[in-house]
Amino acid sequence: MAPFNITPHAGVVAYFLVFFLLGLGFGVVLELSGFGDSRKLAAQFYLRDLTVIKVMFTGIVTAAILIHLASAFQLLDLSRVWVNPTYLVPGIVGGLIMGVGFIVGGFCPGTSLVAAATLKLDGIMFVLGGLVGVFFFGETVHLFEGWWQSTYLGRFTLPDWLGLPTGVTILLLVAMALGMFYLAEIAEARFGNRQVVQGRRAFPGRRALLVVAGSLAALCFTLILKGQPSVEDRWSWISKGGDRQLAGREIFVDPAEVVDLRRDLSLFVRILEVRSEADYNLFHLAGSERIDIDSTSHPVLVRSLLDDTDNTIVFLAGNGEQDAVEAWKRLRAQGVLNLYVIEGGINHWLEVYPVGPCVAQRIEGTDASAEVRGGETLRYRFLAAVGEQSPSAHPEVARREYVPDCAMASLAGPAGSVASAFTGGNAPRRDYAKKVKIQKKTVAKGGCG
Amino acid sequence: MSEANATPKRVRTPKPPRAYINPYLGGALLGVVLFLSFYITGNGLGASAAINRVQVAILNVFAAGHVDRVGYMSEMGGGHRNALDHPSVFMLLGTFLGGALSGLLNRRLKFETRRGPRISVPARWAIAFLGGAIMAYGARLARGCTSGQALSGGAVLSVGSFAFMFSIFIAAYALAWSLRRLWT
Repeated sequence: MAPFNITPHAGVVAYFLVFFLLGLGFGVVLELSGFGDSRKLAAQFYLRDLTVIKVMFTGIVTAAILIHLASAFQLLDLSRVWVNPTYLVPGIVGGLIMGVGFIVGGFCPGTSLVAAATLKLDGIMFVLGGLVGVFFFGETVHLFEGWWQSTYLGRFTLPDWLGLPTGVTILLLVAMALGMFYLAEIAEARFGNRQVVQGRRAFPGRRALLVVAGSLAALCFTLILKGQPSVEDRWSWISKGGDRQLAGREIFVDPAEVVDLRRDLSLFVRILEVRSEADYNLFHLAGSERIDIDSTSHPVLVRSLLDDTDNTIVFLAGNGEQDAVEAWKRLRAQGVLNLYVIEGGINHWLEVYPVGPCVAQRIEGTDASAEVRGGETLRYRFLAAVGEQSPSAHPEVARREYVPDCAMASLAGPAGSVASAFTGGNAPRRDYAKKVKIQKKTVAKGGCG
Repeated sequence: MSEANATPKRVRTPKPPRAYINPYLGGALLGVVLFLSFYITGNGLGASAAINRVQVAILNVFAAGHVDRVGYMSEMGGGHRNALDHPSVFMLLGTFLGGALSGLLNRRLKFETRRGPRISVPARWAIAFLGGAIMAYGARLARGCTSGQALSGGAVLSVGSFAFMFSIFIAAYALAWSLRRLWT
């Protein structure tokens, strides 16, 4: 499924060739539309020739419809498409500065290339100025680096912001574009200067307009009715490999490996516990987050997972394994990488790193590991809610001294009575088969990023 | 307005340049190219990142040590890194050649300076240079130019891209009246 990972299959030469050809198409279209002429570009700001707005918004609308149709018909995996992350304030300030540069210089970077290529001397001067501009940016960015990284909203799209389905958002976008085109035609008829406007009659006649508007509306309604792929659809794309990984238990990680990875300062270990709030309050792993199975498709959670750095490993844990496996499927389907399930869930974790008998007692008759793995009930009866206060919640922390597990429980007798409790970093080493392999995110940065 | 044709060199074919295509057709073609870019590579179109890389590569010839010391440049061309070893640079090359090709086929490939009627050629060059510098600075600040941020981000409905796009138009329209000597 698109987008394609070109380099591993066809080599880096083919990869660069694809970009070259796309650039070639881009350059031809810009030149054909008249973007190599600074007068034509600047004329838009005097309402004489609004070619730029027409071309740009037609381009955005066309591409947006095609991209989301391809996604709706499951030809394109949108989660692997680069969406420019939003840094709101630097983006707005940068845009304002660019607006100044646009009216002064008469180009934007892409169009100046085309002007220079067609030997327009002002275009060549603009490109040279651009080289100086990026040089100054490189020299000065450290002065405001913090601000430059501020107001980060990540992968944040209009449907997320408006809370509308993608198809409806695109319908609104098309309506906005058509409205702008209508105003642009009125402005050109009023202020247009025939000598500057070097082109044919642009706006289609009334009948053609109805046809175009009608087909655009039809495409938008197709988008709305078809909808974007659901999590189940996405799982079906990868279920073959996913089921194999589950059957081979490739993604089930021993608690001791989790503990070892938590010790590794070069990695960020994120733990999501798919458990009820009551169980979570009784005991959970230090620093973990609690999620519900339904919140696995919540945009905030998914975006934050997709946004995590390459050195992040995400572990899912239920009381047993069932719920965590279900969450694993749903999150994998949405493109989350480096995602694993803690083997046997919290029940197994507490077998490996036991809490003292004054904190919790195993409910008898459930020590068979197979049953524990499957069952989704907590197999321990906690006498108090210890949250992550117990040493078992953070076994990677080495302790120099013996910490009585029952210190916080008022039921605790003399320290000697908790001798069997697990005491943190002093736990014996445990052998396990390493399962975690860190995968790099393949989404490259955008052309301008 | 007609300085473009003011001093025509002797050309064998005196045919005038062809007219530009209908903007809506141009936009539709642009949309198709942009879609293909996203469909095949997962990335949009762009220009300013590549301009930045060319700048770093040029500076690296004269002051390699400086490129290594400035963090922002070193990420692209520091140490053994080759700033030009990036797909965006090939896209830039393609954009340039595509523009030249279309200009050639439509008889628009010609040394000339496009300018407003009230401004001299040297002044037009100076403001083009200045505008280019301002534009490029803003483009890096906004993490993308009109192509990479506004067009590409707009097609995938990024909120920041739309905010950025409207900021460009607001600033340019706000200044248009004061700078009318440049263009009208």
